[in-house]
Amino acid sequence: MQSVENLVTQIQGLSSSASDISVLHNFLKAADDSLRSETPRLLPFLDQLDPSKHSLGYLYFLEPCVYVTVTKERANTLVPIIARFITSCVAEQIRLAPEKFITVCRRFKEQVMLLEVPIRGVGPLLTAIHKIQASTEHLTALHPEFLQLCLLSKCYKTGLSVLEDDIYEVNQPRDFFLYCYYGGMIFIGQKRFQKALELLHNVVTAPMSSINAIACEAYKKYILVSLIHHGQFSTNLPKYTSSAAQRNLKNFCQFYIELANNYNSGKVAELETYVRVNREKFESDNNLGLVKQVISSMYKRNIQRLTQTYLTLSLQDIANTVQLNSPKEAEMHVLQMIQDGQIYATINQKDGMVRFLEDPEQYKTCEMIEHIDSSIQRIMALSKKLTGMDELLSCDPLYLAKAGRERQRFDFDDFDTVPQKFNI
Amino acid sequence: MEAEDEQSNAMMDEIYSNGGEESERSRPIISGEQLDIEAYASLYQGRTKITRLLFIADHCDNVSMRLEALRMAYDEIKKGENTQLLREVVQKIDGRLGPNYAMDAAWCESVDRRAEQRKEKLENELNAYRTNLIKESIRMGYNDFGDFYYAHGALGDAFKSYVRTRDYCTTSKHIIHMCMSAILVSIEMGQFTHVTSYVSKAEQTPEALEPATVAKLRCAAGLAHLEAKKYKLAARKFLEVGPDLVNSYNEVIAPQDVATYGGLCALASFDRAELKSKVIDNVSFRNFLELVPEVRELINDFYSSHYASCLDYLGNLKANLLLDIHLHDHVETLYDQIRNKALIQYTHPFVSVDLNMMANAFKTTVAGIQKELEALITDNQIQARIDSHNKILYARHADQRNATFQRVLQTGNEFDRDVRAMLLRTNLLKHDYNQRNCRKL
Repeated sequence: MQSVENLVTQIQGLSSSASDISVLHNFLKAADDSLRSETPRLLPFLDQLDPSKHSLGYLYFLEPCVYVTVTKERANTLVPIIARFITSCVAEQIRLAPEKFITVCRRFKEQVMLLEVPIRGVGPLLTAIHKIQASTEHLTALHPEFLQLCLLSKCYKTGLSVLEDDIYEVNQPRDFFLYCYYGGMIFIGQKRFQKALELLHNVVTAPMSSINAIACEAYKKYILVSLIHHGQFSTNLPKYTSSAAQRNLKNFCQFYIELANNYNSGKVAELETYVRVNREKFESDNNLGLVKQVISSMYKRNIQRLTQTYLTLSLQDIANTVQLNSPKEAEMHVLQMIQDGQIYATINQKDGMVRFLEDPEQYKTCEMIEHIDSSIQRIMALSKKLTGMDELLSCDPLYLAKAGRERQRFDFDDFDTVPQKFNI
Repeated sequence: MEAEDEQSNAMMDEIYSNGGEESERSRPIISGEQLDIEAYASLYQGRTKITRLLFIADHCDNVSMRLEALRMAYDEIKKGENTQLLREVVQKIDGRLGPNYAMDAAWCESVDRRAEQRKEKLENELNAYRTNLIKESIRMGYNDFGDFYYAHGALGDAFKSYVRTRDYCTTSKHIIHMCMSAILVSIEMGQFTHVTSYVSKAEQTPEALEPATVAKLRCAAGLAHLEAKKYKLAARKFLEVGPDLVNSYNEVIAPQDVATYGGLCALASFDRAELKSKVIDNVSFRNFLELVPEVRELINDFYSSHYASCLDYLGNLKANLLLDIHLHDHVETLYDQIRNKALIQYTHPFVSVDLNMMANAFKTTVAGIQKELEALITDNQIQARIDSHNKILYARHADQRNATFQRVLQTGNEFDRDVRAMLLRTNLLKHDYNQRNCRKL
């Protein structure tokens, strides 16, 4: 057992080369328990260490400190220390003890929440993710924490920078569920419903042996977003969905499915009454805002449908068919939709006529070609990945063992028939 | 009927000579004109005549017609042995037809008594046959029971008795007889699923069927499809009915009905080519159509695109078709389908159509036609868009190139999304599997 002072000097001495650090790591592992018992004394020693040089040692000293139950005052002193550590630490060193680093970051997040300043955690956590991540395809335990902070501090844009990387490697299913759920909410906040739908879809269809609350909430949002974005919702889940989800999700989201049914009937008034009656339910789920967006999307959907049918239509007629109160209101809706690029139309204010046009996109421009080309590249890369994955899987001993076990009884027959043929 | 005839034009006169159910003319505006019940009823015999008359009595708004139908039903019932039906009819008449049509308790009693005796006799006979185990006799016994129940209105029991004969059938002739009886009773009961199954049973018999039987089976199958709202199949069946039907099946259906049902179903569900080849050029069906010239005319009008006169005919026929026991529930749907078909066909050849002209052709207002077109366009049945400012309908020609581009990009995106989701799920599964393995170790 070494004294803490001794350890500090060792850390200072053994933090330069890679081989030294691995030696140090062994020392630290051995001293971990004693460090834990010395917890109250550790904090002052941190001043003697430089987080940018002695990252590993710093981490071992810091980690026991965060286990102590935190008060506000203590959090106030700890938060800047941890933030400084996260920003200046060396990635190679902390990756030797990822669990400790993640614990520190988690505690950091809790303290930031305790101080009710989530925005202070956004920057450090983003740095932390980049440092601990082996590649951008890996999902770390810090992803959901980071996204939650983004949501709480409304820094949606910062969250996007992480969400834009495609995730393939997952260690903890729970992290994945939360990541997709928070990610979906961030995309909803940015009104990028297509992406939000994709993430929520991932939650709902993810393999699970029993239903969980995250999937339930995600399914509620999935229903609403799919109504807003596609204007329709089908209760049939794809057949790769786990049977637990297929059996149970609908029962937990009855009100939302009712809402979708009301939506499908196409009558705004009915939908509005339904929402009014069940307002509290949606409010308690914190989904009332989305529900309101569903209602307004219905007007848009109905106007969009008119463009399929009419070349010209007066604002009065639009107001009548879409059940808006006045031509003025209809004009606002149409204008808004033209601005958003949802319909192509011109409004003639003189006689109150709206002229619907066809989609002017002719697929002839250079930008379009570039867009198509980039799509092709993307898909080629993706299918390469798919092949790689397939090859990897077909070499996976676990998979082969399972597949082989199932095939055995056929093999027996295969061998047996051969000699019989020659039996005369 | 004669009085009404005079208002009709020459062509109509020709119709009347046939005395078909649609043969009187009723312009909907003239409420006094009505179905000639006597001529209508004379087309049928047996139980269906009574039920059809009662159906008219239930569904007609005209009081004198109702009473007329009830009176004839009363007379008809008196010829049979169904006392239950008589009581119902008397209740419906409610003394409005004078003392001659009041409750005849004596008749009921004597009929009931006779029925009781006959039933006893039949039971004894059947028991005797059964102890002797003579197959043919047992079959006859059950058959007699079926006839007996049928005559007395116990349709369920009749059906059971007829079906029971099946175990004792020795020749395909017997089987067909059993099937025909079962079909007859099922139609009366409104159990059209039974009808379908017994029709197919009868058609499966190894021996070649008589043409008249084939025609009857086609009619029954057609009715079953009609009730199941499968109008296209119904039309096919009715169109296949051979000329041998004549009046042989009028305990169920009259040849006039075959023409009407078949014609309307065909109009509602066939496309132009099929209409031409299977209806207009169909020699045997033409004979049926001759019986109901209005239907023939309206089919020809439809085919030659005289929609206004076609719709006129349809409008005139409607009141009477609504009084038809089988067609009643389907008239509205069939009419809607025919009208939609007409609208689609009308717009099909044009690049642009003036809505005013179109409204004229279909005898409606511009706003009305706009509404109908809107529904059809939304349903994607017409590829066109309405210029509601100038009241012109423009056909819309899909730009193949743009559509292809759009679809390609969309498919690409979907593929992208699906594959990524799939990879993720695979990794999750793998993780789950790995973890379970770790736990085992």
